[in-house]
Amino acid sequence: MSQAESGRPLALLSSELVTLFRRRRTLAMLGALALVPILIAIAVRVTTAGNSGRGPAFIGEITQNGLFVAFTALTVSIPLFLPLTVGVVAGDTIAGEANLGTLRYLLIAPAGRVRLLVVKFVAAGIFAIAATLVIVLAGVAIGAALFPIRPVTLLSGDTIGAGDFAIRSALLVGYVSLSLLGLTAIGLFISTLTTVPVGAMAATIVLAAASQIADALPQLSAIHPWLFTHNWLGFADLLRNPISWDNYGQNALLQLGYIVVFGALAFGRFSTKDILS
Amino acid sequence: MSDAAGSRLAIETSGLGKSFGRQRAVDDLDLSVPRGSVFGFLGPNGSGKTTTIRMLLGLAAATSGEIRMLGEPMPTALRSVLPRVGALVEGPAIYPFLSGRANLLRLDSADRHASSRTRRARVGAALDRVGLSHASEKRAHAYSLGMKQRLGIANALLRPRELLILDEPSNGLDPQGTREVRNLIRSLAEEGTTVFVSSHLLSEIEQLCSHVAVMSAGRLVAQGTLDELRRGATRLTVTTPDVEDARRVLTELRLEIEPAASDGAVAAALTDVLPETVTAALVAAGVRVRGIAVAGETLEERFVALTGEGFDVAG
Ligand SMILES: Nc1ncnc2c1ncn2[C@@H]1O[C@H](COP(=O)(O)OP(=O)(O)OP(=O)(O)O)[C@@H](O)[C@H]1O
Ligand SMILES: [Mg+2]
Repeated sequence: MSQAESGRPLALLSSELVTLFRRRRTLAMLGALALVPILIAIAVRVTTAGNSGRGPAFIGEITQNGLFVAFTALTVSIPLFLPLTVGVVAGDTIAGEANLGTLRYLLIAPAGRVRLLVVKFVAAGIFAIAATLVIVLAGVAIGAALFPIRPVTLLSGDTIGAGDFAIRSALLVGYVSLSLLGLTAIGLFISTLTTVPVGAMAATIVLAAASQIADALPQLSAIHPWLFTHNWLGFADLLRNPISWDNYGQNALLQLGYIVVFGALAFGRFSTKDILS
Repeated sequence: MSDAAGSRLAIETSGLGKSFGRQRAVDDLDLSVPRGSVFGFLGPNGSGKTTTIRMLLGLAAATSGEIRMLGEPMPTALRSVLPRVGALVEGPAIYPFLSGRANLLRLDSADRHASSRTRRARVGAALDRVGLSHASEKRAHAYSLGMKQRLGIANALLRPRELLILDEPSNGLDPQGTREVRNLIRSLAEEGTTVFVSSHLLSEIEQLCSHVAVMSAGRLVAQGTLDELRRGATRLTVTTPDVEDARRVLTELRLEIEPAASDGAVAAALTDVLPETVTAALVAAGVRVRGIAVAGETLEERFVALTGEGFDVAG
């Protein structure tokens, strides 16, 4: 084999992304996520009962400022919709290929087992970013269409302009998608255990729900800081001036820990697994 | 490339075994597949053919034994060996939501040594070679059984290969497809590719293969050139009123007499004794010969003799 004859180093990743994002299921999930801010905005617009003081965070601000649609939609999606879609993609990574039988053809290509795992994780992570981004972009768009757009008043009382708002939104997307990476790693590991993708997806989603329930039980407060869902809604600091990075850093460390542990477990399982499907 | 044997053999296994729980799916298998051969891998359902192929390709770990492929140890040298090997394992596998062409593009990009520059051209050529060009933009979930099979074969041909491992390549193909696969294998073999093919179509194997191995219940029961396998199978039948004398003569010639011959006939497998020697010995012993027949068995008869008549799969 001549060394000169060689593929692009990222060929498998780009193939994975094309396959993932061209798939109807993926597009349907992203479409459903885009519907969240749209439904919220329409509901608020139709009822104009936003100021009753009840409902999710930020919903009261929407009538004053359309940009808050994005924040509201994100807050609403974090506990259920985002983990649902991420669970589907992460649970499908290896089990989906095993179920189709294409896993054996990828491995004899040879894709390399570690390389395949890394590519699958990165692609699922990119999906998490895309999912968050879709909510924010759809939220900004529908908010601008239905409500006045004003400079945003932060939780600390300061007012920021459009440029600063864009930066904070980007940080927010970063925070939320980072929060989902631990779950992605868990889904990847579960996906190496089975050839039934629906099972891996369900197990991943159930774990996300269980972790949030545990986080809500005061009796379990000792383990709260270690739950991968613990910081999921902790992005309020990004809406203050000056930005406090403590929570961001803590969350990043926690998610990294989950990625390392479950990445290692996935590697341990997958690198020696008999592929019999 | 290492030792001399390594360069003469494309696949070499010694003591290869695989257990699933308590079941020995493959047991103490010593395969020798010469380079340049078209090697037929036969055996009844469940005899361990696919399991062997999975071990060869590093998909499943062997419970015992060693494998060398293209002169290098497997699965240790997997990364340098597999790009030189094309394979169809346990039927094709497809992404139903992708077109046939997109399926091949994806699998080709999984091989990090496959040139991205030539990818489209190579995929087009492979589709052409299996006669799928006109259906290549169709979503693969709409493919018929034979079209999927052809796509699987095209995947094995994406790059020039030194070794092709084809697990039942003719499964589901129409007569034209079967003939095309036969011609394809012949032309690849002429180009110097070693072809290791498992099949249940013994007439195909008989037409194609230079070498054959037969598995039964996880064990190798025969291995050699096609001629060797069939020569062992030539059968001599003597019709005579003097059955007892004829038996004695044949036994003295060290022929193995079949127990269940019909009345007034004695039958034996001819191994290295020539028919004329037998005739001379019978005449010399004064046996009254009414008729003598020498018949080469078909590969099918030989296969059944080696693996048993029973229709039930070994559990
Ligand atoms: N994943 C598995 N778990 C347990 N046993 C298995 C598994 N895969 C195969 N076996 C067993 O191993 C034995 C050999 O199976 P294998 O698929 O290698 O047979 P084969 O020779 O390819 O048969 P066929 O001609 O039907 O394709 C069978 O008895 C089968 O039941
Ligand atoms: Mg088989």
